[in-house]
Amino acid sequence: MIAAEEQTLTVFERSRPGRRAFVAPALDVPERAVDELLPAELLRGQEPRLPEISEPELVRHYNRLSKRNFDLDTGFYPLGSCTMKHNPKLHERVAALPGNAALHPLQDPRYAQGALELMWRLQVALGEIAGLPHVSLQPSAGSHGELAGVLLTRAFHEDRGERRTKVLTPDTAHGTNPATVTMAGYDVVKVGSDARGNVDLDDLRAKADEQVACLMLTNPSTLGLFEHGIEEIARIVHGVGATLYYDGANLNAIMGVCRPGDMGFDIVHFNLHKTFTQPHGGGGPGSGPIAVSDRIEPYLPRPQIVCRRSEGNGGEPFFDLDYDRPKSIGRLRGFQGNYGVFVRSYAYIRSLGAEGLREVSELAVLNANYLLARLRQEGVLDYLPAAYERVCMHEFVLSGAPMRRELGIKTLDLAKRLLDFGVHPPTVYFPLIVDEALLIEPTETETKETLDRFAEIVAAILREAKDDPEIARAAPYTTPVRRLDEAAAARRPVIRQPL
Amino acid sequence: MADATYPEDLLYHAEHDWARVEGEEATFGITWFAQDALGEVVFFDPPKIGARIRKDESYTEIESVKAVSDVVAPLSGEVIAVNEALSDSPETINEDPYGEGWLVRVKLSDPAEAESLMDAATYEASLS
Amino acid sequence: MSTYTSATGEDRREMLAAIGVASIEELFADIPKSIRLGRELDLDSGRSEQEVFAELRALAQRNVSTQDEVSFLGAGMYDHYIPALIDSITGRSEFLTPYTPYQPEISQGGLQAMFEYQTAICELTGLPVANASVYEGPSAVAAAGYVAKLTNGRRRFVVSRGVHPHSREALATLAHGWEMDVVEAPLHDGLTELPELDGEVSAIVLQQPNFLGAVEDIPALAQAAHEAGALVICACDPHSLALLKPPGECGVDLAVGEGQPLGNRLDFGGPSFGFFASTEALLRRMPGRIAGETRDLEGRRGFVLTLQTREQHIRRERATSNICTAQALNALAGVIYLSWLGRRGFVELATLMLRRTAYARERLSALDGVELLHEQPVFREFAVSLDAPVQRVIGRCRERGINPGYPLGREYPEHERGLLVAITEQRTREDIDRLADALGAAVAAERAGNRATALHGAGA
Repeated sequence: MIAAEEQTLTVFERSRPGRRAFVAPALDVPERAVDELLPAELLRGQEPRLPEISEPELVRHYNRLSKRNFDLDTGFYPLGSCTMKHNPKLHERVAALPGNAALHPLQDPRYAQGALELMWRLQVALGEIAGLPHVSLQPSAGSHGELAGVLLTRAFHEDRGERRTKVLTPDTAHGTNPATVTMAGYDVVKVGSDARGNVDLDDLRAKADEQVACLMLTNPSTLGLFEHGIEEIARIVHGVGATLYYDGANLNAIMGVCRPGDMGFDIVHFNLHKTFTQPHGGGGPGSGPIAVSDRIEPYLPRPQIVCRRSEGNGGEPFFDLDYDRPKSIGRLRGFQGNYGVFVRSYAYIRSLGAEGLREVSELAVLNANYLLARLRQEGVLDYLPAAYERVCMHEFVLSGAPMRRELGIKTLDLAKRLLDFGVHPPTVYFPLIVDEALLIEPTETETKETLDRFAEIVAAILREAKDDPEIARAAPYTTPVRRLDEAAAARRPVIRQPL
Repeated sequence: MADATYPEDLLYHAEHDWARVEGEEATFGITWFAQDALGEVVFFDPPKIGARIRKDESYTEIESVKAVSDVVAPLSGEVIAVNEALSDSPETINEDPYGEGWLVRVKLSDPAEAESLMDAATYEASLS
Repeated sequence: MSTYTSATGEDRREMLAAIGVASIEELFADIPKSIRLGRELDLDSGRSEQEVFAELRALAQRNVSTQDEVSFLGAGMYDHYIPALIDSITGRSEFLTPYTPYQPEISQGGLQAMFEYQTAICELTGLPVANASVYEGPSAVAAAGYVAKLTNGRRRFVVSRGVHPHSREALATLAHGWEMDVVEAPLHDGLTELPELDGEVSAIVLQQPNFLGAVEDIPALAQAAHEAGALVICACDPHSLALLKPPGECGVDLAVGEGQPLGNRLDFGGPSFGFFASTEALLRRMPGRIAGETRDLEGRRGFVLTLQTREQHIRRERATSNICTAQALNALAGVIYLSWLGRRGFVELATLMLRRTAYARERLSALDGVELLHEQPVFREFAVSLDAPVQRVIGRCRERGINPGYPLGREYPEHERGLLVAITEQRTREDIDRLADALGAAVAAERAGNRATALHGAGA
């Protein structure tokens, strides 16, 4: 048993027999015996050994825990591919309105018109942003949206009497892409990238055949670069009758500037917890709606939110759940999706509007390029060069390989040392094709001064490493814990408290 | 971890696996290069006794904290022993990749396959 | 400058100068003209915070929530009382705004909370392994199906008709991609009747209590499955685990369920969380994040995401699941709720619900024209059959401010006149009495109306 300091006592360890927070409402019905109402042989022998703790202690416990977390409201969080932009506080207020928070999902649609209309309007807005008119809000997260997209692709091909076996993903793809492909019952085939950071068109042509169901892509790519050849890619993929899928993780770079639908994509997923400000919550909730073209529309999950105009009602719109979808792939989850997330994203879109959303993307790209320029000015790129000599979009990837060679510290060590400076490190070791990768996405909500300071901090860490690389190698020093033994945690996992 | 070593009495496969051939049987493991690239090994799931493995094909996986790696068979044969001690101490693969960190023992089905493997010097040269 | 950004004209000039371009437009040069949008998005212009709030409030006011009516709707999500301390904790920036804890040194709060949550789920389910959450109930059932498929490679699921229709559908949607078939086990008198199981069955899927509220004999069903070499997946109502034998002691291999009743709002169906627990043997196939205890280089206790080699960011196409973002904040609400209820309170609450449900069942079944759909033991929900068209009865109850329950007819055509009635601790005896009055009156009125119609001919 690892010696526990007071700070790290779990809620179970703080328990004392007999303590409690909950007071049960008084019993106002006959006090019948439990074993009279439930079969004795199916009753639990011992009650679950949940904590026994008072409310004040419970509040202190979780408040103390919270202070051992770094968060976006506190500091800069340039995690590439995650779009850690500000979470507007208005959104918590509207999500908490009782008409939203206390609405049962099975409420009769006639009495949930506000919710259904909100969802329908969100669908329309997302469809406009994507350039694909048919939207389903059902998937619960980006990878859930990816799964939906590949299953839609399968349904599309099967409906045409075809049975395809492969899905292409670039070697820069986020891990969820190939994982999704396998979950959907296809084989993954990797497509290479060229020296400019684009999908290698020759490799794509060689691998795109009639066994290929789909190509999954993101644009800009996970390298933060816009695919020069996107139109040719679409031609190649459509030419063999496959669908083109857009992973919307990087949508923050192009809103109002160009649209995946116009690039030739058939299916797009959105990450509402990235582009549309849903707070990340330390690992969710999120939401991954999808937008599709006309030819994919029949297969959308069931039910769909629709707007019916009834003649009897004077043409007033009636928002409804449409289950009559014979070609639908069916359901991916219960009820209608993460409605609480829709409320926040809808509020965001209404707050920013058309010009505001375009400005988001312009500033996201401006901030990323500015940060890259400042890092260059500070001499950082001498040790962490940009992996590709191109104008980046909303994020860029550096390689720490020269730093490792010349200063003796790895990207991991740089990241750990950044923690001592009150900054969350960028994404490390992704994408896989860049050695010692450092993927940096500042987002549009950061000030110029924050970006300046980050560049100065990185430069300072490199100077320090030149002097004494051991400092970064053993960092961090000022965080609640120092480097943790992850190997031990994986070899002999302790994943619950022994009670 | 010790410095890179490549014992001369072993034969080497391009996918960073070694074989110690003793007559009709051989012992397999992964090389220093492979364990270094993987990082601290946390899990090894051995194949079953009696399993048939084929040269150049993956016969199991080794996991470190941050990576999973296929282990490729340098020669073909039938598994006659697996290193049970590794389930308690998988880190032995890092500490002693050629000794206590052996993975499986195999009854060779075609000993002549050994001719296609590299010697220590050739393998080490291939790494740079 | 748009909302939430800060780049003034001066900032932009300085930034563009540092980059070495004349305009922001130059930064988009890689985008071919042919695919440039070339116009503003066809959306309204942005509004002030106050205007957006007014619009959202107006929309919310057009919803009839459980604060506006006395609601007996259940069927997977329930109107429980959520203690105030949950919002005060989950609303904290430090829990609300960080990302997944990839840098554990600055994420000890979130990781420890996950560890505590996992402990609580293991305790409830009686199984040794739990993850840090999946999306919600029905997709958790589908994810459990994937684990079964990866484990034994067999080609069939046998799913009880008593499993929530959304769960059955979600599993079917995914199973199609795995080229597995799904066979339904019927209900007889409210309980699952398993067919003969052969060596093709990968897993059986059960729900406890089942969708019609009945408490199933899980141990017997599980035994039949194990004799055929199949795994047992059971979706469990979390509150029922206070009283019922935990799935781990019933032979269940994968216990999953909808976590919304544990401290999460209804939110029109989401976000909530799904809990997911399994036997030790299935640990390395478990989907989702898992937090583990370890120590740092100075010997301090700490927590990390562990067994990451199962996951998509490492194993990619060979991952056990594609899940990345899950429902961490909702799971946090869940463990706070369970801690707030506590060891005694959890049982007291469940016992209260059990007794109120029994009372409601007695009162309703005593009404003319209302019969129990089955007489099996129930915990918090039960089904009745009405001698009157269900939608019309609901409409009449509605006029009295009561939502009497969920009509079963769409998903269970064999129970066209069925109504599923859910009881939580928020439905008092008084509420139940009102329900009985309203329901009794509504059924009677409909029957009288029908008799009148019959007497006067259908054309009346």
